[in-house]
Amino acid sequence: MTQAQIPVQNPPVIESSAHKKAWKWYEYFTFNIDHKVIGIQYLVTAFFFYLIGGLMAVAMRTELATADSDFIDPSLYNAFMTNHGTIMIFLWIVPSAIGGFGNFLVPLMVGARDMAFPRLNAIAFWLNPPAGALLLASFLFGGAQAGWTSYPPLSEITAPTAQSFWILSIVLVGTSSILGSINFIVTTLKMKVPSMRWDQLPLFCWAILATSLLALVSTPVLAAGLVLLLFDINFGTSFFKPDANGNVVLYQHLFWFYSHPAVYLMILPIFGIMSEVIPVHSRKSIFGYKAIAYSSLAICLVGLFVWVHHMFTSGTPPWMRLFFTISTLIVAVPTGIKIFSWVATLWGGKIRYTSAMLFALGLLSMFVIGGLSGVTLGVVPFDVHVHDTYYIVAHFHYVLFGGSVFGIYAGIYHWFPKMTGRMMNETLGKIHFVLTFIGTHLTFLPMHQLGLQGMPRRVAMYDPQFEPINQLCTIGAYVLAISVIPFTVNVIWSWIAGEKAGDNPWKAMTLEWTTESPPIIENWEILPVVTHGPYDYGLNGRSPMSEERPPASVS
Amino acid sequence: MSQVPASLLTLIAGIVITLLSVWVSLNHGLLPEQVSEQAPLVDNLFSIMLGIAFALFLVVQGAILIFVIKYRRPPGDDTDGVFLEGNFPLEIVWTAIPALIVIGLGIYSVDVYQRMGGFAPSTGMMAHSHPSAHVAHQPGHPPGSAIAAPLVADAADPASASVMDPDSEKAYKLPIYGFGAPPEAKNKADVTVNVVGLQYAWLFTYPDDGLTTGELHIPVGKSVQLNITAQDVIHSLWLPQFRLKQDALPGEKSQLNFVATKTGTYPIVCAELCGSYHGSMRTQVIVHTPEDYQQWLEENKVAQANSLNQAIAANPAEMSVSEFLTPYGEEMGINAEMLKQLHPHQ
Ligand code: HEM
Ligand SMILES: [Cu+2]
Ligand SMILES: [Cu+2]
Repeated sequence: MTQAQIPVQNPPVIESSAHKKAWKWYEYFTFNIDHKVIGIQYLVTAFFFYLIGGLMAVAMRTELATADSDFIDPSLYNAFMTNHGTIMIFLWIVPSAIGGFGNFLVPLMVGARDMAFPRLNAIAFWLNPPAGALLLASFLFGGAQAGWTSYPPLSEITAPTAQSFWILSIVLVGTSSILGSINFIVTTLKMKVPSMRWDQLPLFCWAILATSLLALVSTPVLAAGLVLLLFDINFGTSFFKPDANGNVVLYQHLFWFYSHPAVYLMILPIFGIMSEVIPVHSRKSIFGYKAIAYSSLAICLVGLFVWVHHMFTSGTPPWMRLFFTISTLIVAVPTGIKIFSWVATLWGGKIRYTSAMLFALGLLSMFVIGGLSGVTLGVVPFDVHVHDTYYIVAHFHYVLFGGSVFGIYAGIYHWFPKMTGRMMNETLGKIHFVLTFIGTHLTFLPMHQLGLQGMPRRVAMYDPQFEPINQLCTIGAYVLAISVIPFTVNVIWSWIAGEKAGDNPWKAMTLEWTTESPPIIENWEILPVVTHGPYDYGLNGRSPMSEERPPASVS
Repeated sequence: MSQVPASLLTLIAGIVITLLSVWVSLNHGLLPEQVSEQAPLVDNLFSIMLGIAFALFLVVQGAILIFVIKYRRPPGDDTDGVFLEGNFPLEIVWTAIPALIVIGLGIYSVDVYQRMGGFAPSTGMMAHSHPSAHVAHQPGHPPGSAIAAPLVADAADPASASVMDPDSEKAYKLPIYGFGAPPEAKNKADVTVNVVGLQYAWLFTYPDDGLTTGELHIPVGKSVQLNITAQDVIHSLWLPQFRLKQDALPGEKSQLNFVATKTGTYPIVCAELCGSYHGSMRTQVIVHTPEDYQQWLEENKVAQANSLNQAIAANPAEMSVSEFLTPYGEEMGINAEMLKQLHPHQ
């Protein structure tokens, strides 16, 4: 078939499902092309991997309770460390924040019946389970052990088969994320209901749009780097082999050109979740809508020019060290703008302490710490001291655990009623929050000191002088591990027997709350017409909570 | 934010926050001993950043905490909060203040970087224009400027050339990474040591004295130059008390120039994941007084003249490392053969 003959993708046919309002449970296990099903598939799969990655973390922390390598074998430690990092990034945060929330919410928020390319969407999701399986299968061959960064030459000489599995797995996830990004961009640009002005687009959609653009630019570079690595390992090429005129630093550039932006890929959707949760639960319009939307785009743009700050102690000439110090510091400004805007959103609000709001506030306070330590790392002379130490581990867990995990939890507590039609239990939610909050600080705060004092990262055995602080971290990790229990119980129990939620339990103003909970197939009987902004709380003294909000949809 | 935040309360809060931050910045005690001339520079930078960060932390967390308490929903109140879309002057202020802070930090860090000698190594390609005359650093210089070292690892130096790049013609063209001497320095360091990282040990060779050790010995107050490379995978030479770190890259050259300011024994750590026993790749740097250092040199020269291998094994301080690593000897790959390679002119 020539190019011209390829038929244009038909929009999903409405009549075919007109008689059917909801999916049966088993349809969640099929190649379903409904964006809501796919969103939930992403979320559940991601949570499953989160638990596996978490178990690896617990094993590592148990090992680190003593200075010697006496719990697991050092190679196994490295395999756990590598796969923990890989899973948390590629199979937990990215799939849940972008794939899960993005898929479920973007069409609902822009008033579309589905994503622009529903089949592509399903394919993007179904690349994830095999990717995860490949990653876990790598343990049969010793497990990839070179860290989630997999720098050659180490990654070329240690456990080559496992490393190849690792590469293939990441390439699958990367492909999934490229396919997903195209879908999000087209959906947002083309399928927004005409009545929605651009400045009425929910901030979550702005965030996903920015994220997708970034993913589209940077992911192929990672894929390129990894494919070259695969060739080096298996087919005798020598792109990165120093003894055959290869260059080990080249890989680092290719890797970080993707993987630094990947940090924003992880955090921007979470920022989007924050911008939805905080206004609703504090009954306030978001402060500085434009500033938040534009700062997402600014972070993306500048974020493409900061990657070398991961390589300050590697093969980087002075001009590079300085250029990237400056660009790294600049990213702090748009990030700061977002934080300040959320704090200002709280001002004059009527804050309700729901579990969703608690996690959002927790994120805010943790991200302040992670962000501030990030600024210190941007500065070369200081980064040189702490690079590749526990100071880094502390920093990125504040950003990733505090910044992302808290955000994902906030999102789940917030949108669970919409996704399932049932409320989550607030008491369990609060226990979950308190345990998570205490556990996170206990685990990760002391690590700053470890790094400053001289403990390198990625070690199974360390200088005994660091033992007491490490034990504190290990206790914290156990608290975190326990914190997952009330959450899991809550989700399962509430899904089956939770209180019925109704269409709009939080009385929120974005479009997803104008349809049923859970939304019917095709989302609306008649597409909604936008009559007010997404965050018009308190505008014209309108809409006290007790009354029904003026309908966003005029059907 | 509708009133001007110039009330007495704000003023007092401002003063308290400032005082607390200054105190934290001066008394945090988070960093280990300072043992190099670079260390105080890095520490001051860190302390200032910590002070600023602490102030911002107090302001932002304080605001969150106050808002969270003050604006909680009164029981039974189902109305919305006040409608507020933004506040342009306020947004300008909170964009400008962080921008000024990061610009300030940026400038300050460039200055620290320059004083640490960060600009020197990149000029490695000009090495041939500075013949490696063996000049001791000028007497009478204040200690700060005495970090005198050539701009490049001496390519004519047999050990460094053979270890890093057998093709010494090419060596001239390779950039050299790391922290070096101040740009104006043209002199050779007092002590040059070639450092090779390999799974899972550091080897220190003293090309001027024909010594190889598993620990770094240096004299206090003298300029030291480490020419760093790696044998197998990437390692990273970290001297926490010196606040210096540089990756040892196979196939690339890097260097560190510094002056130790205090005698004693301090850890050397491998900071880059280099395999299963990465965590055990630890050794020590021993900073001697110049006399002790001479003595150490003489003793070890005699010992190593007899047998290279025995000398290494007989070094008692080395014992702990090798003992620790004996079970993993296969993975280590240190053997007489390789040591000879490192020392073709022995
Ligand atoms: C359950 C709580 C967690 C604990 C106790 C924990 C603990 C650890 C430990 C001990 C390491 C090894 C550090 C090293 O040796 O460099 C590590 C590495 C890492 N963790 Fe976590 N972690 C947790 C959750 C997370 C989460 C939620 C994320 C991301 C979303 C994450 C991302 C990473 C990454 C990227 C690495 C680096 C892996 C590498 O260097 O290859 N962790 N974590
Ligand atoms: Cu090493
Ligand atoms: Cu190492």
